[in-house]
Amino acid sequence: MRDLKLWGLKKSPWVFHVAAASCNNCDIEILDVLTPRFDVERFGIVLVGSPRHADALLVTGVLNRKSLPRVLRVYEQTPKPCLVIGVGTCTCSKHMFRASYNTVGPYDKYIPVDVFIPGCPPKPEAIILGVVKALNKL
Amino acid sequence: MSIPVIIFSFLIFPGFLFTAVIGLFLTWVDRKVTARVQMRVGPPWYQPFADFLKLLLKETTIPEGAQKTVFLLAPLLGIIALPIVAVMLFSMNINPYYSFVGDLIVIIYLLTLPPLGIIIGGSASKNPLSAVGASREMTQYFGYELPFLAAILVSVVKTGSIRIGDIVLYQQLHGSILYSISGVIAAIVALICIQAKLGYVPFDIAEAEQEIMAGPLLEYSGVSLALFRLSRAMMFFLLPLFLITLFWGGFADLWAIPKFLLIIVLIILIKNTNPRLRIDQALKFFWVGLGSISLISIILALLKL
Repeated sequence: MRDLKLWGLKKSPWVFHVAAASCNNCDIEILDVLTPRFDVERFGIVLVGSPRHADALLVTGVLNRKSLPRVLRVYEQTPKPCLVIGVGTCTCSKHMFRASYNTVGPYDKYIPVDVFIPGCPPKPEAIILGVVKALNKL
Repeated sequence: MSIPVIIFSFLIFPGFLFTAVIGLFLTWVDRKVTARVQMRVGPPWYQPFADFLKLLLKETTIPEGAQKTVFLLAPLLGIIALPIVAVMLFSMNINPYYSFVGDLIVIIYLLTLPPLGIIIGGSASKNPLSAVGASREMTQYFGYELPFLAAILVSVVKTGSIRIGDIVLYQQLHGSILYSISGVIAAIVALICIQAKLGYVPFDIAEAEQEIMAGPLLEYSGVSLALFRLSRAMMFFLLPLFLITLFWGGFADLWAIPKFLLIIVLIILIKNTNPRLRIDQALKFFWVGLGSISLISIILALLKL
């Protein structure tokens, strides 16, 4: 039973894109991954429109006081088990905004993040590698 | 028929299990052909089964303030209705004398249940976007049902019977209804209406991803989402079969397989080469455009053309 569950999750991770106040660079790279050139549907990865359908959340951007409750809400709305993948250097740290009054720090202070993908922005190949690492962790 | 035979035909062949497996396999054909059209490789053959299995084993969330019972029971409408359609279509094509008076009308009513389930589920989930999606689905349903019924009426007028068995027998004796002017027009109208019934791209207004996220299915997750997707997959198998039964001579022989594949590929190509319509454009298209064309085909059928 557990094997079946793992097989299903590994073979069809549907991703939902949570753009939490990023500068849009990582978002563009994520959209790049979904284009025919990289064709992630080979691995069953599909972009879905609702967090209720999602198995993996791709979070981007520096977490700040305004976006934190929204990100937490989306995380709670996602049916478990779900993966959280942080795309970009912003998700690992406060990046260049570390002196700002508004940033509240990296994502794993608040929600369990499975994989961080550093880079500003990361290359599409790096994003695919990150998703593969997250799936291998299961 | 004895009771075990009825239960077997509802649950296994050609009912639930057979229709579900073939339908899921056909959604893979859909995704693969879509990928080839876009010069991609596309998913492996087990992809729809992996999706279905994963959804079955995931958590099913119920939104706060939703109508719990209605929300959870809505996906079952389509799942219960479609195996009955499958059993009726198969038994009446293999042995046309099983047919009873008015079974065509029963099938038309059963085919309206899956969209009804989507409308009820969307309205019960207490989400503004789901409500918008449900209202769009309802508007679109009233749009495509008029030309669809008019197209079916053509084969009823030509054969003079509302029994599917008689329609199949007539076509075996006199040649398919498709090979006449009114038949061609009616079949094309019915094909476009099937596109809308399936909710595929020029008519996926109800669940327009870029506008209202996922429409009526927005709040669904886990098992209930899996059931909605399964009933869509079963429709993808049954509606082309219904079209073949009415217009292209039934599917008692092996020639049905190339006919079926041709219709499937036509649906997928229409899906991949068209942009989405607005809801008012779709309604105008169905009532004014297809409605008048199907009326002309009924008049032609009455003139025996």
